Amino acid sequence: MRKTFAILAVLVVFSLALAACAGASTAPYGETVTVKETVVVTVVAPAAPAVVAPAGYGVTLETVKARGNLICGVNAQVPGFGYVGADGNYSGFDVDYCRALAAAIFGDATKVEFRPVTAAERFTALQSGEIDVLSRNTTWSLVRDTELGANFVHTTFYDGQGMMVPTASGITSLEGLEGGTVCVQTGTTTELNLADVMASLGVSYTPAVYEDADSTFAAYAEGRCDAVTTDKSGLVSRRTVLADPAAHVILDVTMSKEPLGPVVRHGDDQWFDIAQWTVFALFAGEEFDITSANVDSVKTSATAPEVKRWLGVEGDLGLKLGLGNDWAYNILKLVGNYEEVYNRNLGPETPTYIPRGYNSQYTDGGLLYAPPAR
Amino acid sequence: MTDMNSILPPLTERSNILRWLRKNLFGSWVDALLTILGALVIYWAVKGLLTWALTVAEWEVVSANMRLLMIGQYPIEQAWRLWIALGFLTFLMGNSLAIWARRSYLVSIVLLALPALLVYLPFGDEPRKWLIILTASGLVGWGMGCARPEVLKRSVIAGWVISLPVFILLTRGFSSAEGVMPIVGTNLWGGLLLTFLLTAVGILFSFPLGVLLALGRRSELPIIRWSSVAYIELVRGVPLITILFMAQLILPLFLPANMTIDRILRAMVGITLFSAAYLAENVRGGLQAIPNGQFEAAQALGLNGAQAMIFIILPQALRLIIPILVGQFIAVFKDTALVAIVGLLDLVGIAKSVLAQPDFLGLQREVYAFISLIYWVLSYGMSYLSQRLEEKLGVGKR
Amino acid sequence: MQREARHKTTIPFWRDERILKILGQVAFVLALLFVGSLIYQNMQAGLAKQGIAPGYNFLKGLSGFDIGESLFPYDRNSSYWQAYLVGLLNTLSVSIVGVVLSTVFGVILGVARLSKNFLINRLAAFYLELIRNLSLLVFLIFWYLGVFLKLPKVKEAVVWPGDIILTNRGVGIPWGLPTASYPTFRWILLIGLLLAIGVFLALRAYSRRTGRAPLTTLWTILTFIFVALAGWFILPEKPLTWELPFVKGLNLSGGKILSPEYIALTSGLILYTSAFIGEVVRAGILSVSGGQVEAARALGLNGFQTLRLIVFPQALRVIIPPLTSQYLNLIKNSSLAIAVGYPDVFYVSNTIQHQTGRSVEMILLVMVTYLIFSLVTSVFMNWYNQRIKLVER
Repeated sequence: MRKTFAILAVLVVFSLALAACAGASTAPYGETVTVKETVVVTVVAPAAPAVVAPAGYGVTLETVKARGNLICGVNAQVPGFGYVGADGNYSGFDVDYCRALAAAIFGDATKVEFRPVTAAERFTALQSGEIDVLSRNTTWSLVRDTELGANFVHTTFYDGQGMMVPTASGITSLEGLEGGTVCVQTGTTTELNLADVMASLGVSYTPAVYEDADSTFAAYAEGRCDAVTTDKSGLVSRRTVLADPAAHVILDVTMSKEPLGPVVRHGDDQWFDIAQWTVFALFAGEEFDITSANVDSVKTSATAPEVKRWLGVEGDLGLKLGLGNDWAYNILKLVGNYEEVYNRNLGPETPTYIPRGYNSQYTDGGLLYAPPAR
Repeated sequence: MTDMNSILPPLTERSNILRWLRKNLFGSWVDALLTILGALVIYWAVKGLLTWALTVAEWEVVSANMRLLMIGQYPIEQAWRLWIALGFLTFLMGNSLAIWARRSYLVSIVLLALPALLVYLPFGDEPRKWLIILTASGLVGWGMGCARPEVLKRSVIAGWVISLPVFILLTRGFSSAEGVMPIVGTNLWGGLLLTFLLTAVGILFSFPLGVLLALGRRSELPIIRWSSVAYIELVRGVPLITILFMAQLILPLFLPANMTIDRILRAMVGITLFSAAYLAENVRGGLQAIPNGQFEAAQALGLNGAQAMIFIILPQALRLIIPILVGQFIAVFKDTALVAIVGLLDLVGIAKSVLAQPDFLGLQREVYAFISLIYWVLSYGMSYLSQRLEEKLGVGKR
Repeated sequence: MQREARHKTTIPFWRDERILKILGQVAFVLALLFVGSLIYQNMQAGLAKQGIAPGYNFLKGLSGFDIGESLFPYDRNSSYWQAYLVGLLNTLSVSIVGVVLSTVFGVILGVARLSKNFLINRLAAFYLELIRNLSLLVFLIFWYLGVFLKLPKVKEAVVWPGDIILTNRGVGIPWGLPTASYPTFRWILLIGLLLAIGVFLALRAYSRRTGRAPLTTLWTILTFIFVALAGWFILPEKPLTWELPFVKGLNLSGGKILSPEYIALTSGLILYTSAFIGEVVRAGILSVSGGQVEAARALGLNGFQTLRLIVFPQALRVIIPPLTSQYLNLIKNSSLAIAVGYPDVFYVSNTIQHQTGRSVEMILLVMVTYLIFSLVTSVFMNWYNQRIKLVER
């Protein structure tokens, strides 16, 4: 009798305690959370240190500064954009953007840790906070802007999707691939565009899908497929690491628009502004003819007010972003302007030469246009 | 009364090679046919393999990338720390062989001489120097173990206990970039080094978890039992690759917003959780084989449940299932290859980036044959050792 | 006096084992729920920050991507759910073929391992030791990249006798294609099957009643074949046309074309699993005591009959439980299709995940799918195990 009473008492006390904490469940973002489960579940939740989504603004910059370096998600398999050499050093157009961002934040372009991410996991890595910024020749699209929790910073490279075939095959157009096999990488807009374009042309084909660029191009080199498709810049760059680059030709077809640029995650507008204006600083540097060589002399001798504002001589643009006032100066001094970055990685002296085309200043007929600073 | 001398000796078949061939290979028509077929198959396979391996294959891809395959992108100037850690391990192994396996000459000689034999492989000069040092440390350890076995027993056991933490400490380092042992980030660990680390950590941490799960499954408390059963059946019913993907992609979502967890740590968690479920089933089998009388005798002696389990039941159960446990550990070793699919650069993962170098495109056969060889040698070695251990412990005989 | 004595012998509730047990379990459940809700909240917060609301409605959306091979018509306008089904059927096809063929091959290996023929014995032993110590992933990648992708290109295809074409785009084998009368033929086959079962039952009842042994299996099979042949010739149009593969343009066409991914995965899994099944079969056969074999010989049965009638049925009792786990391993190992590029359920769910960003939902779905596979296989094998188990008095 005493024992049953004791058991009952314990249970009653517990449920009372639990019930006392009931009703205080947090509902994220004003959504009503309907709990169909038992009392115990609703109650335990708020007693825990509820992980309320932080306000977001400024969090990333704080974390990055506290950590002391920037973690940048890059490609490791595309020479010219993101590539790691045998000595372990990263180089490439997208890699240089990360260095520019680090220069803007820390005044030191080496304070960045590069994480190679596959096309498959890049957005999850960004969402979960494993990387601070994704600079990995990623195409901007509405679906990605909304569904994948990503904010696309301004495009740094305007590209299009292309197709590469062996010269010996004699194929000159997409229709020549009728009944053939095309190698493509998974987790990309390339996969979807290929399906769309081939369907609209009425060409039947078989896709051979692989996880990463290395496997895709290895299969193509083995002859597993008749053609390989990705962004034209990727085709040019990967062709340089094939056994005989001259034996492959890139078809003169553009299958889609591929605006490539850096990506940050939803929720932190300050971080988005910093990433965005780093891009514009690169554009502005070329527009105003400021290079890493002459930035010091320009800084002391400049008269144009816009240039003075950019370089921090006048005004406090940097402070508005949460950075130092010499943020753009650091970018241009330590990394260079857009033209220098482009020529270093994709210029005529490099094996991965791509003519600038749309990637020129608006004054030269291209699409690069930096908004005014004030 | 028969004269012993007049009894003829029994007719014995003379055994010579012809009779042996006739009996074993050509006993009947079917046998003869099978033998001929088998001989043809062997000839064709061996000839093909040897021709390929010795003439067509380009083994430079392996020798030129030996560093990448063994330690990944670990900075070469810090590799001396890994050698020191290996030296510590060979020293401990020499001690253990001398103290516990004095009679197993073959095993001892092979294990102690292994670094010396590896010198003949196409390594550079620096690794060769270190391999000689490893052999020396193994021999020194063996000598010490021979000289003072009883005294050293405890220290050697303590040494093994701290060997993994020491290894990880040496690999990771602890000082800043200019200090004596700069920290080497985990994203640079790769190759065989990473495979070993994943296996060791997986085995070490899944063992207690597996034992706990097995005990939980046999518990009388229904909730504990159902939870253990649910966990074990759930984990055993899904492929390892899904658990690894879950660990890589979803584990970060489970943690609070600004806490990030290292990628290698995530893989370790995945492998541990997976292996623990299989271990739990094996341990449960061992526990079931212990007669109830043991438990009753323990109770009669006044030991409570936990004490009986720790001192009486578990030691017997674990000894019974040692071969199965070793089999499970070998499976963990082979399963670590799957982390290559989630993007970690272990032995299989680094092979892909080796093959992406422009000089070595198209040499998949050589690289993957080499990697298969490494896995095979290590697996076979472990299973052979477990057979010897089984014989020595007399499992199943007493 | 007695009442006080009784009072003193009751155990206080904080030491009473029964109460402690219940308290312990309650505490355990609370701890689990606490941790679970923490995790859930973190996940909700994380996903809400990105603007993603968990749910499975996205599966109705259009997939937009093509899949290399599928067992039913699928194109980029099908929904994600249909893409998932394509993957599911692909996994099933690999698993079923794998299970059947690896059992056959494994039994052969197990019996060969115990053969008196020295060469065959050693060959089987070598094969078993070799394969069992390899890592399956490395083996599959080597098998795919090193063997099947190195087959000659389509223009220089190798043709084996029997019109089998080997290229690195796939292996073409002659295959029958259904024509208009195929559905009718299917019905005829079904009738034949039912008739054959009827014959089987009738003959079995006859042998039980009279004690004579009619050739049951022979008559059953003959009935089925007779009906099938009758149907084949009676129908106005042949139900199947025999098609040979040929090189058409850039790829193979005609007959049945097995992609290198499918062949590499299936044959790799069969080779690997059959080694383990071989060991299991060997252990099973060894478990049958030698006296049984000797008695069978004394009765005049030859080697093959002994194996089939005496040893195997008894060995099955020992073989079935580990065989079940090998089957489950094969089904789970088929998820390694991602390494060779074959679109199985895991690979397709991965693609869906990348295109939609829904990692949590897709991983849950895939895990549940594999759990169902495992459950169905286990249930079936356990039922069979129950039937053949030793019934002890």
